[in-house]
Amino acid sequence: MTSRSQEPTYLTMTTPEASHPEFNLEYAAAPESTPPVPIEEENRLYINGEWVAPNNGEWFTTYNPATAQALARVAQGSEVDIDRAVLAATNAAAEWAAWPGSERAKVLFRVARVLAERAREFAVLETMDGGKPIKESRDFDLPQASAHFFYYAGWADKLVYAFGGQKHQPRGVVAQIIPWNFPLLMAAWKLAPALATGNTVVLKPAETTSLSALALVRVLEEAGVPPGVVNVVTGPGETGAALVNHPGVQKIAFTGSTAVGKEIQRATAARPVGLTLELGGKAANIVFEDAALDQAVEGVINGIFFNQGHVCSAGSRLLVQESIADHFIERLKARMATLRVGDPLDKNTDIGAINSPQQLEKIKTLVAAGVTEGADLYQSEVSLPTEGWFYPPSIFTNVALSHRVAQEEIFGPVLSILTFRTAEEAIEKANNTAYGLSAGVWTEKGSRILWMADRLRAGVVWANTFNRFDPTSPFGGVKESGFGREGGRAGLAPYVQLGAMWGES
Amino acid sequence: MAEQRLKVNKTYKLFINGAFPRSESGRVYEAGGVNVPLASRKDVRDAVAAARGAQPAWASRSAYNRAQILYRVAEMLEGRRDQFITELEQSTDRTMAAETQVNNAVDRWLWYAGWADKFAQVAGGANPVAGPYFNLSLPEPAGLVTVVAPNVPSLLGLVSRVAPAVVSGNTVVVLASEESPLPALSLAEVLATSDFPPGVVNILSGRQSELVEWLASHRDVNVVDLVGVHEAALHAKARELAADAVTQVITHQPQDNDWLGGTSQSLELILASTEIKTVWHPKGR
Repeated sequence: MTSRSQEPTYLTMTTPEASHPEFNLEYAAAPESTPPVPIEEENRLYINGEWVAPNNGEWFTTYNPATAQALARVAQGSEVDIDRAVLAATNAAAEWAAWPGSERAKVLFRVARVLAERAREFAVLETMDGGKPIKESRDFDLPQASAHFFYYAGWADKLVYAFGGQKHQPRGVVAQIIPWNFPLLMAAWKLAPALATGNTVVLKPAETTSLSALALVRVLEEAGVPPGVVNVVTGPGETGAALVNHPGVQKIAFTGSTAVGKEIQRATAARPVGLTLELGGKAANIVFEDAALDQAVEGVINGIFFNQGHVCSAGSRLLVQESIADHFIERLKARMATLRVGDPLDKNTDIGAINSPQQLEKIKTLVAAGVTEGADLYQSEVSLPTEGWFYPPSIFTNVALSHRVAQEEIFGPVLSILTFRTAEEAIEKANNTAYGLSAGVWTEKGSRILWMADRLRAGVVWANTFNRFDPTSPFGGVKESGFGREGGRAGLAPYVQLGAMWGES
Repeated sequence: MAEQRLKVNKTYKLFINGAFPRSESGRVYEAGGVNVPLASRKDVRDAVAAARGAQPAWASRSAYNRAQILYRVAEMLEGRRDQFITELEQSTDRTMAAETQVNNAVDRWLWYAGWADKFAQVAGGANPVAGPYFNLSLPEPAGLVTVVAPNVPSLLGLVSRVAPAVVSGNTVVVLASEESPLPALSLAEVLATSDFPPGVVNILSGRQSELVEWLASHRDVNVVDLVGVHEAALHAKARELAADAVTQVITHQPQDNDWLGGTSQSLELILASTEIKTVWHPKGR
């Protein structure tokens, strides 16, 4: 064996940073390009198949939350515009309802295909207007929106199978009001079942995120949805109120805050109008000591930080079994330290921008209340961008059930941690909320999952996973999280009136 | 002479495991003015082996993915309507206007595509057993289905039986219309370009008198659909042979032999090649 006079080269290799100081191996941004996205300066209302200026000539500005820069001007719909839209939907109703289900199916299948084809453009637009990370709009919002149209397309000609042989008719004109956290996906959730069942629609997008819904109606138009079948009236809460109060509306589907949901229920109390409400939540993620902890850590992180915590089903409370609490919280903190907060268009970004300054203010207020009430705040050390609206990933420990951060929906990247000793105590604490949208259970014991699921007062229970969505799977809440379901066969029911059985008169 | 271009004629072949072989027998028969492979018992065995090999992976695709693939078939078929109309017009199949038959074949793929992620929701469900148990019943594919397609309508009849079999996750070996096999053999080209994994659908042409017994008696076949077998003795013989491996037999016929009517497509036909599986799990702390 000969001795070597030189060290092998691989031991003397220098790091790229050393030889090229400008090259940072630690982090390299991978921003998605924006040119494929045409954003019009002026976005009109879509009524009866035409793009019309708002009646009162008022417009508002929509911003990119990541830069706080104006993106476009959007029409502010007034009562007169709502009236026109409801009239257009009313006039289109009979003909659309008379289309054979198989032809409505074809139109909706086309929408699903075109959304998938143009996914990139829609994903970038969604991220620019809403602030969510591009990897989420690309890998979640767009595929889900397309899949939702695909699923309900398939129901359009099979409705006789959906209701156990009962005759079904569309409701007529449906008012749909959607939130800003998943603007395109919520439009898909609302439109697909309504159109599959033969209704006509007036859609009111959220004020801060109108653009993707407007882009969607261009796809609907291309796919062959006749004029008047879908109308979009943009604007603030007052526009939505005008829509809700319009006597020509036969059914209202609302997704948003519990406060507004209650207002809508009161406002429509005297009218025979169908109503479904998908409202707030304060979901508990319950981690037992026997859980697969790697997965549980990922699930809890995803549960609260997905979409900056702007998710009604967010796992905003962690209930962790006392025996593993300290260990589990340490692991959560370690995982939080790896989350990248920043430019939502960067494909590496985990947590994007907070949707609006108002929402950022609300998060700050509630976090301050948590500190004042005595909970311990921990925030990971991240340098937030100087422009735009951002908030660092945050957790509260030593939280009491009575604290505002344990009771109120923060709708931001803030997790409140409580502990429990027994399964009964976990149920008691998890159900100690006005909400009842979702819950998570983490344990390797199957029988315990099912025992817990029976006792949790929530519309969706995820076991050893969290924030899973699928067009075939019904979603919605109980208690003050609302009523009615979206997704699955159950998601068709709100959009039809049932009559006698087929074969009976 | 030089002015006149000679046409390049298509050789009609079988469709087995995603490839287009001639019959291993080297035999043909004449149909629609061209030579068509006369498949043998060995071709049946090859096709069954291919279908069996493809089945587990096909069944494990998500329902959404199977739906998209069936939808893709409709897209591909729509784009080649003219070819199928021409082939039907050349054939002896006069059950309906060729265009009507092709349009309905496209729409039938679409209808069944939509069922992929729904039939289990309609046919399955939770069972409220009297005890602390979670109990769920769901239909799952039987496995391998052989289909004897009806002579007429030669395209729509075949599509009407293959689509409900594959949508749930079965794989299929189908014997085309004996009288008018050309649309079925050309459909193979559509299926081959529709993202179906090789072996999920296999198409044979030949004589019912030579092949039906093997399609019914092969021990690796789970369900045999005899809709196209009209000769009473052969039908009875096939049903008897199916008993050897307890192979389930589908005998549904569309009401009044109407392949456009309400009974020509049904949830029942999907469920005919599925079986319910029930899962129990205890509940407790």
